[in-house]
Amino acid sequence: MSLAFDDYGRPYIILREQGSKKRMKGLEAYKSNILAAKAIANTLSSSLGPKGMDKMLVSPDGDVSVTNDGATIVEKMEIQHPTAKLLVELSQSQDAEIGDGTTGVVVLAGKLLEQALTLLDKGIHPLKISDGFDRACDVAIKHLETISEEIDIQANEHEALIQAACTALGSKVVSKRKRELGKIAVTAVLDVADLNRKDVNLDLIKIQTKTGGSVEDTRLISGILIDKDMSHPQMVKEVNDAKICLLTCPFEPPKPKTKHNINISSAEDYKKLYQQEQQYFVDMVKLVKDSGANIALCQWGFDDEANHLLLQNNLPAVRWVSGTDVELIAMATGARIIPRFQEITPEKLGKAGSVKEVQFGTSNERMLVIENCQCTKAVTILIRGGSQMIVDEAKRSIHDAICVIRNLIKDNRIVYGGGSAELACAIQVLQYADEVSSVEQYAIRSFADALEGIPSCLADNCGLNPITSVAQAKARQLQENNHRIGIDCMELGTTDMKEQRIYETLSSKKQQIQLATQVVKMILKIDDVIAPDDY
Amino acid sequence: MDIVGNVLPQVLKDEATEDKGEMARLQSFVGAIAVADLVKTTLGPKGMDKILKPTGPGQEMSHITVTNDGATILRSMYVENPAAKILIEISKTQDEEVGDGTTTVAVLAGELLREGEKLIQKRIHPQHVIAGWRIARDVALKRLREISTENDINSQEFHDDLVKIARTTLSSKLITSDRDYFADLCVNAVLRLKGSSNLDYIQIIKLPGGTIRDSYLDDGFILKKQITIGCKTRIENAKILVANTAMDYDKIKIYGTKVKVNSMDKVAEIEAAEKEKMKHKVDKILKYQPTVFVNRQLIYNYPEQLLADAGITVIEHADFEGMERVAAATGAEILSTFDAPERSEQILGHCDLIEEIMIGEEKMIKFSGCKKNEACTIVLRGASTHILDEVDRSIHDALCVLITTVKNRRVVWGGGNSEMQMAAACEEEAKKVQGKQAFAIEAFGRALRQIPTIICDNGGYDSAELIQNFKVELQKGNLTYGLNMTDGTIGNMSELGVKECLRVKEQALLAASEAAELIMRVDNIVKCAPRKRERA
Repeated sequence: MSLAFDDYGRPYIILREQGSKKRMKGLEAYKSNILAAKAIANTLSSSLGPKGMDKMLVSPDGDVSVTNDGATIVEKMEIQHPTAKLLVELSQSQDAEIGDGTTGVVVLAGKLLEQALTLLDKGIHPLKISDGFDRACDVAIKHLETISEEIDIQANEHEALIQAACTALGSKVVSKRKRELGKIAVTAVLDVADLNRKDVNLDLIKIQTKTGGSVEDTRLISGILIDKDMSHPQMVKEVNDAKICLLTCPFEPPKPKTKHNINISSAEDYKKLYQQEQQYFVDMVKLVKDSGANIALCQWGFDDEANHLLLQNNLPAVRWVSGTDVELIAMATGARIIPRFQEITPEKLGKAGSVKEVQFGTSNERMLVIENCQCTKAVTILIRGGSQMIVDEAKRSIHDAICVIRNLIKDNRIVYGGGSAELACAIQVLQYADEVSSVEQYAIRSFADALEGIPSCLADNCGLNPITSVAQAKARQLQENNHRIGIDCMELGTTDMKEQRIYETLSSKKQQIQLATQVVKMILKIDDVIAPDDY
Repeated sequence: MDIVGNVLPQVLKDEATEDKGEMARLQSFVGAIAVADLVKTTLGPKGMDKILKPTGPGQEMSHITVTNDGATILRSMYVENPAAKILIEISKTQDEEVGDGTTTVAVLAGELLREGEKLIQKRIHPQHVIAGWRIARDVALKRLREISTENDINSQEFHDDLVKIARTTLSSKLITSDRDYFADLCVNAVLRLKGSSNLDYIQIIKLPGGTIRDSYLDDGFILKKQITIGCKTRIENAKILVANTAMDYDKIKIYGTKVKVNSMDKVAEIEAAEKEKMKHKVDKILKYQPTVFVNRQLIYNYPEQLLADAGITVIEHADFEGMERVAAATGAEILSTFDAPERSEQILGHCDLIEEIMIGEEKMIKFSGCKKNEACTIVLRGASTHILDEVDRSIHDALCVLITTVKNRRVVWGGGNSEMQMAAACEEEAKKVQGKQAFAIEAFGRALRQIPTIICDNGGYDSAELIQNFKVELQKGNLTYGLNMTDGTIGNMSELGVKECLRVKEQALLAASEAAELIMRVDNIVKCAPRKRERA
């Protein structure tokens, strides 16, 4: 530990409670950081690609989840190492920004760090390495843009979109039904997409899960599905031409937030108060009924008496609708969310073709479907599956597919998958490396090697020989000047990814390379770690 | 440490563990197969039961359960192995979705993984195994649907089918000796529903005493409550008002109310007002002119007396479910406010006769001749509560299967026939497929064939011989043959009348293969550090 002395030979305290802290400096710190980050990347690397395997994660409470999604894996691993946590965030920012390619980005970062380690051993300064990586990254991104192709998303019944969705779903447990699920995702996104503004509000796609049946039974509902039933068992189960009153106030006597007391001192007061209470309920129901509403959805609970009054007035109602559902319904049906009974007016009601209760299986579970909403811009994907774990994984997979489609609508440029884009970039970066005269040359060359790590990892996961297949693909790319040659993961007999129709979005690929480089640069800049000893 | 010998920094939390590759796979196979083996012995008509005993502090004297029902066994088990949890999960889903075949689904998934493990030892990549399983599953499903038959819902054949299915389901349970009796009972109960799938209308009441044979189906609705003392215990042509309202002391629900008085007189006044309010409520109820008043909540003496004085029979404290059923059966509306006596016709429920009956030693209220005649009650009798609980679960299974059959209408032959046919279909397919997947398809067939094999083994018969003979019969074209578990031979299922519901088989096949695939795909298990709990 560093210790300083003043003129009189007394020690300065530089670090408070120095003895109880761990400190790593210099090369030791670099190596420790890189190894920790690599450990995460290694765990994820076997999940990459269509033949990637899943991870089983047991939460602190013993709940099991099985998943292939990079962001979910690192999130649930409960990582404590500070540098490894950077990779968790890396995966999550890819998830937030793009939604897909969360595994790829971590694997790429891992490969880059691996290369950095060898460069450090050669004695190259970390900042030079990070500089070189930065320049290589720019070259790679530029090259990605030149090899990208625009696709027509409308052509052939959105075939290109379906293919892109299939690529995203191909690595998941639901891959046997990737075509069907891909179609569902495409239809869902297109239903809510604003093609003029090239934007998709993903909030409008609700993904509801329900165990039972099989993944094949997953379907798209052109409306909203809420996991709730009517508040009174005897209310009508189906309302056609629904006029929906969306409330965020409970059917209960008011509870002012100010602390107050009502003192009753005489029998008259008592009677008055009772009458007033009764009047509250009558008024509430009357206000809703008078507006012309024929169904009320409420975010809060109902008093027994109010509930019965609703039934008596032939006004079906649903209680405890979740806040997100309330907003979704408001958007879909054009209803205004009404916070007070007094403010109910006919204009604020939402309209939908029908609202009905549907039942599943032998257990008495019911859900409410709102169909043909006035502004039909909301859909629900109902996911079914043999167990909770499958349903959860299917939900994550469909979310990925939806994100891919959204990205394509925003930006219809694609690159080809199967590692071909990475290989093409690697070739380009390698060429550039030779033109650089400074030390960075080595770093740039290593960047190219790291990019090659992706196809090699893909090949490894598919049971192919990684070195041979990457070498072959690279040679063919150079000989035929064809950037579409990749790894034939599905053993379809061709390595041309255009023929295999493996599409990935340009935005996702770009983001992957950029984010991975950024994180690696950040890790390379850390040369001192100070942490409490027991951490 | 990694392979090169570098000391790796600790990445995960202190007590977290990570298993990779073979270790992870081994761990999940062992767990899943162990669970499957545990419930294996309960499969089939000669399956054995399990005793479930809760453990832990203070639990030593608690209630034990004796059961043959896979879902119940698995649900009560505490396992730590994550793969085992997946198996338990699918068994639960099977229970919710179709109600029966909960053991089959766990055993089938276990057998698939057992076969899968062998394939992995042969150095076949898990992804290839999965690819093969997917083909096999589709082939099996196709064959299963092909061999199923459908009868018209109103025909006598369909009715016979239902009885046969109920018999098959019940034959593996405790009540197997009385299965004909109970099969009829269940079919009659389900047919009363007239196609509706609402099990709520069938109430099951368990009363210790007598023998299992004394159980019966009552066409009325029985409420496990007593009529308040002092009221009439037999009402003909009853008009029933079903309510959910406070009849103890009716609090005013406006927030922050406090009674503050300064003299005794005032107290008396308020008390009178309170009484007045209750009387007012009773008066309003009386305007509906009911002859019977059923309330979910407690009724205090004062209103009770008022109602009794008016000649109304009062039933208090009916639980929520019971009340909903009364309302559904008698066509009543559940009231909480009483301001619309003019709608009395629509609101009041109706039934021909309400009377207090004695079953065993308990008094209950029977509603017979209800407006909606769908409701009925199965009264179960038996020597002990354990037996009754098990009979209840068996009847529940049978009812679920019957309801599913009524909805789906397709049936297949039992006695392992469908599994053997699916296995045969897989083997035929395996011959046509190129590549390593063929091994997996064959393995799928073998796993399916394990189901009848286990059934044989559980019966103490020579499974190897029986299954081979069974195969030969199918090969000869006797497609209705199956295992005759009473004699330990191969017999014609159409003569023995062993049928099963297609939907149950379908769901078991789909769920088991999905779960096996899920477990097969795992190559890494990360266990987070368990949450620290304070000992209470």
